[in-house]
Amino acid sequence: MSRTRAVLLSMLLCLGLIAGACASDDPEVEGTNGPDAQEAPEFAEDTTMAAIQQRGTLNVGTKFDQNLFGLKNPITGNIEGFDVEIAKIIAQAIFGGTIEDAGEKVEFTETVSAVREAEIQKGSVDMIVATYTINDTRKGLVDFAGPYFVAGQDIMVAKDNDTIKSVTDLNGKKVCSVQGSTSLKNVQEQAPQADVSISFERYTDCADALKAGRVDAVTTDNVILLGLVKDNPDDFKVVENTFTSEPYGIGITKGDQAFRDFLNDTLEEAYENGSWEEAFDSTVGQAGVEAPEPPAVDRYSSTGEASPAPDPSASTSPDASPSASASPTT
Amino acid sequence: MEVLLNNLDSFGSGLRLTVALALTSFSGALAIGLVIAAFRVSPVPPLRAAGAFYVETIRNIPPLVLLLVFYFGFPDIGIVYSEFVSAALILAIYTAAFVGEAIRAGINTVSRGQAEAARAIGLTFTQTLGLVVMPQALRSVVPPLGNLFIALVKNTSLASVISVAELTFISKRLITSTAQGLLVFLGTAIAYLILTLPAGWVIGRIEQKVSIRR
Repeated sequence: MSRTRAVLLSMLLCLGLIAGACASDDPEVEGTNGPDAQEAPEFAEDTTMAAIQQRGTLNVGTKFDQNLFGLKNPITGNIEGFDVEIAKIIAQAIFGGTIEDAGEKVEFTETVSAVREAEIQKGSVDMIVATYTINDTRKGLVDFAGPYFVAGQDIMVAKDNDTIKSVTDLNGKKVCSVQGSTSLKNVQEQAPQADVSISFERYTDCADALKAGRVDAVTTDNVILLGLVKDNPDDFKVVENTFTSEPYGIGITKGDQAFRDFLNDTLEEAYENGSWEEAFDSTVGQAGVEAPEPPAVDRYSSTGEASPAPDPSASTSPDASPSASASPTT
Repeated sequence: MEVLLNNLDSFGSGLRLTVALALTSFSGALAIGLVIAAFRVSPVPPLRAAGAFYVETIRNIPPLVLLLVFYFGFPDIGIVYSEFVSAALILAIYTAAFVGEAIRAGINTVSRGQAEAARAIGLTFTQTLGLVVMPQALRSVVPPLGNLFIALVKNTSLASVISVAELTFISKRLITSTAQGLLVFLGTAIAYLILTLPAGWVIGRIEQKVSIRR
């Protein structure tokens, strides 16, 4: 009671002082008026941003089962992860206010890999942030802003292993991956002498085999490996030397150039002002990973038809794996 | 059809490993099973209890669970064996519970008078069992042991979950690379029949050979 009154009083006093530096160290006041809060921007009519702003909610499709990126917390029921934080950054750019306020206005829908293009085309979501690898096939169906993160196949080893530092070090070593995965194929191509005779149906089985010393390394997308490390921080580490490239983008309706430019601008701004890094540190960073340099956004020219020759500026994805669609994370 | 013909060598290697696994674990199962059966008819109560405990624990747990516990769980307490050894050991231990029961049933078919007569001429328990009872009992358990062998051959497919490259593992791998599930699994089923049908015939021959002509 007295606290509220004190705040009200200080606000009145502030009003009284015309040009007064009205600094308050009350955290509540800072929460709505502090340096993080943003003005709600004005958008030109008929843009997607204006429509979302008017509606008051941003509809986002994400994964609910991808540890560190989009995971429905089984206890709280909240959706947590890096993809979720990216969606909140976008929401803040549309609605203004703080990132927490904006987060309240995001409505998450589960979009598993197979339905992502369909959900965008139906218009049931405004955008999809769901470990969504940008590739040419998909560019023909939807448009991508970003990438905001480049995942890639990496190697997980026992914490005290100092001999395996890159994919070529896997030659002559026992490497575990999931039966029939593209990860297995990639490692066979890049380390032909690796012993891949041990493979299971799940990556957690590979982690068990690594813990038991049956294999020297486990390989798949770093995102999955980081999730495994997070569950066993004392036993495993990720080498952090990726040898494939999977750029994750934000999927939107094909041809919505204004929205795509806005998303790309917002991402670049988030790179600049540190909110991207903050989002990374609070999610993927929890698995003990340093935030990398954010990837350059790829403003490829979208045509109505299937996209022509890939933009040469897409240097972040030299081999945007043709196999991406079969990869378990994408 | 080409999928099968082009991969005959893979099937061959899988088949060889399945045979190796079945034979190794069946020998183990016979050895352990004999001991268990002897325990269960032993005059020493603690041995009888131990035998009963073994049979009731092992045969009432699915073999897949035993295998997963042994392969994925036991390393936590420092017990690590290779994939093949783990699979062979668990299949032997599992099948031994049934072998033990089959042999015990065989022992019970030998009339009491045989054992009494053996004791009357001064044979010890081990001698009675080894020289008089077992030779008669084992003859009558050939058909149930044959059933157990065939069941074991089929159970070797469980080893695919711990990455032993036997028939089922090979076919799962072929399916992921060829996406021809129906054909590959049909081929696998035929490969198992190639093993089990002759096994049934051999068992029949053994049964005839050892039977006592009365």
